[in-house]
Amino acid sequence: MTKANAGTMSGAKMIVKALKDQGVEVVFGYPGGAVLPIYDELFLQNDIRHILVRHEQGAIHMAEGYARSTGKPGVALVTSGPGATNAVTGLTDALLDSIPLVVLSGQVPTFMIGTDGFQEADTVGITRPCTKMNWLVKETERLAETIHTAFHVATTGRPGPVLVDIPKDVQFATGEYTAPERVKTSHYQPKVKGDIDQITRLVELLEKAERPVFYTGGGVINSGPAASQLLRELVDATGFPVTSTLMGLGAYPASGRNWLGMLGMHGLYEANLAMHGCDLMINIGARFDDRITGRVKDFSPDSVKAHIDIDPSSINKVIRVDVPILGDVGHVLEDLLRIWKSRGRKVNKEGLAKWWSQIKEWQAVNCLDFKNSEKTIKPQYALQRLEALTKGMDRYITTEVGQHQMWAAQYLGFEAPNRWMTSGGLGTMGYGLPASIGVQIAHPEALVINVAGEASWLMNMQEMGTAMQFRAPVKQFILNNERLGMVRQWQELLHGERYSHSWSESLPDFVKLAEAFGCKGIKCSDPKDLDDAIMEMIRYDGPVIFDCLVEKHENCFPMIPSGKPHNEMLLGEAETQGVIKAGGAVLV
Amino acid sequence: MTALNIKRGSTSHSAYDLRDPFTEVIESHTLAVTVVNESGVLARVIGLFSGRGYNIDSLTVAEVDHEGHRSRITIVTRGTPHVIEQIKAQLGRLVPVFEVHDLTVEGPSVQRELALIKVAGKGDHRIEALRLAEIFRANVVDSTLESFVFEMTGTPEKIDAFADLMRPLGLCEIARTGVAALSRGV
Repeated sequence: MTKANAGTMSGAKMIVKALKDQGVEVVFGYPGGAVLPIYDELFLQNDIRHILVRHEQGAIHMAEGYARSTGKPGVALVTSGPGATNAVTGLTDALLDSIPLVVLSGQVPTFMIGTDGFQEADTVGITRPCTKMNWLVKETERLAETIHTAFHVATTGRPGPVLVDIPKDVQFATGEYTAPERVKTSHYQPKVKGDIDQITRLVELLEKAERPVFYTGGGVINSGPAASQLLRELVDATGFPVTSTLMGLGAYPASGRNWLGMLGMHGLYEANLAMHGCDLMINIGARFDDRITGRVKDFSPDSVKAHIDIDPSSINKVIRVDVPILGDVGHVLEDLLRIWKSRGRKVNKEGLAKWWSQIKEWQAVNCLDFKNSEKTIKPQYALQRLEALTKGMDRYITTEVGQHQMWAAQYLGFEAPNRWMTSGGLGTMGYGLPASIGVQIAHPEALVINVAGEASWLMNMQEMGTAMQFRAPVKQFILNNERLGMVRQWQELLHGERYSHSWSESLPDFVKLAEAFGCKGIKCSDPKDLDDAIMEMIRYDGPVIFDCLVEKHENCFPMIPSGKPHNEMLLGEAETQGVIKAGGAVLV
Repeated sequence: MTALNIKRGSTSHSAYDLRDPFTEVIESHTLAVTVVNESGVLARVIGLFSGRGYNIDSLTVAEVDHEGHRSRITIVTRGTPHVIEQIKAQLGRLVPVFEVHDLTVEGPSVQRELALIKVAGKGDHRIEALRLAEIFRANVVDSTLESFVFEMTGTPEKIDAFADLMRPLGLCEIARTGVAALSRGV
């Protein structure tokens, strides 16, 4: 009995103990009335570091940046009502990009729930569609168990965000602490091993394929570093070309021999044409997103398609596949390699040689070529220089959303997984700055750069205060075109050049803004000064806001216009006249 | 082979049009879903249907295993085979869901629904309503000089048929439970 009594504690203490037992080192949060007991417990300990954000959305994106760059779940703590509603965008972002997050929210005391109390919101109701799972804990006795379950659910199977809503009286009341190993998690154990018959079928297809392509996604990265390693081994051993979604960059190195570059709406010509013309498509941890497929009816018409995914609802959702393999990428690739090797490592050498000579022709188009200028900085040039000057460094890149994001994906090379953090599925402007802080907190010595557009960046710029307070030397590399660039591009191509509200008047002076926050501001508008300015940014020991004034009307190419198939890609300005008809204009 | 030679399509189709270009029949399926009996679980299941644009024709839910903390949800839904497959996959991946069974394809099953049907009328109509109720094996559970409440159990089709017959005889209100279903045999 004495032992049991030793495990009795307040709910708030239980929360902090549960986080420690789960190995949590950092919590991103913002205090408020309904979480004061938890903050009191945080104050009384030194094991868990708390990062005080400036807005709850920032906390969630920081936790996402932390999670994506470490592979560990990100943890955030917010108060009831507005604290929880401010977290909604971040939760939705994490759900669409399959990022493991555990968010704890305060709630009004149980006896006040339903009375429209001060700072009361139906948090579990509001967050139900944007979490993998959520819980309202009404009894202190169940609190620790629920938090441990939350970590299990967030990190098992297809990862995702979960939320635990904790009323204030539950935090004050005492109860028995439940250790993680005593929590039953058996009922949620998604299958990780793929079906051997299906894997063998895929091996048979691999052996015969004339025009194969690996189409990889965020699932490879979520599966862990071993999966990326296995992918590299598989690609190198088979000699097949490999392309990746925005989410999967870095799983196969950009310097790799078989790398085709990113695919999709703003993907590379060779990658998209390889997808269109292949006879065997091997989807590894991607989900046939609409940015990838273009018009579904004409998506890769002549290929046999295999799909490896841990989520059964991703298989046959958009594109029907011939070889569905339900399982974790790492486990499936391991079996795939083993079976392929045991059958004699066969590939169709003749077919592959022809396929590669076709791909080389496509690569010769040099689709990322752009017209440089001596007078103004082209955004593509700025990224080429950033890439050249930071290559080989211990570098992490985050982005906001828009043209700059696509250019970053095109012009920066990623050699390793977990080095590229971008809002893919939800396309959340304002993601990059807080995400960069989350990455920097996890990797204090690394070079963390947020490639941003000025409009996105302004959405969460208050978080520079967080960067300053916690000495996170994040570099904000803002490609400033004084426009909502991607919106402007679509208005040019789709809406008769009527630039409705896509121009930001009265932008702040970013250098003065930097000074106001107490960090360094750099402004650069001349291509000749760019290298020195970037080096100054890298060398500065502290946060930098880099205002890179770029060409205002540059469009992002290549581009598959909405409603078009992969083989109807636009490569440059001359091809854009009147290509998108009314049918395409209704899409986003 | 060059991918560029592959025929070009028109632009009139939406990239979001995920339906099969070939028309497929709409099927009705009865799904049995066992879930953790916790608050919010039903909302999560229903939210899945509304959020992804699936149909619910009927839905019943009740705890079936108090010790094991389990409830059983029976859903009758409609869609093309592709949509039905998606619904099952989407249900199956929900954290609080234990099992999803498609009773329509997993062999024979029995389906029953309970209905309470109020019929008001006098004279011949009243006699005829009572006569038909007997044929349909409906019980009278409430009676006044001007009305009956019938209770009947059967397939949804049987209840539909009875309600149709009652309409000209003074049907004024009907309450239905939705379908409960089990597979036949063991």
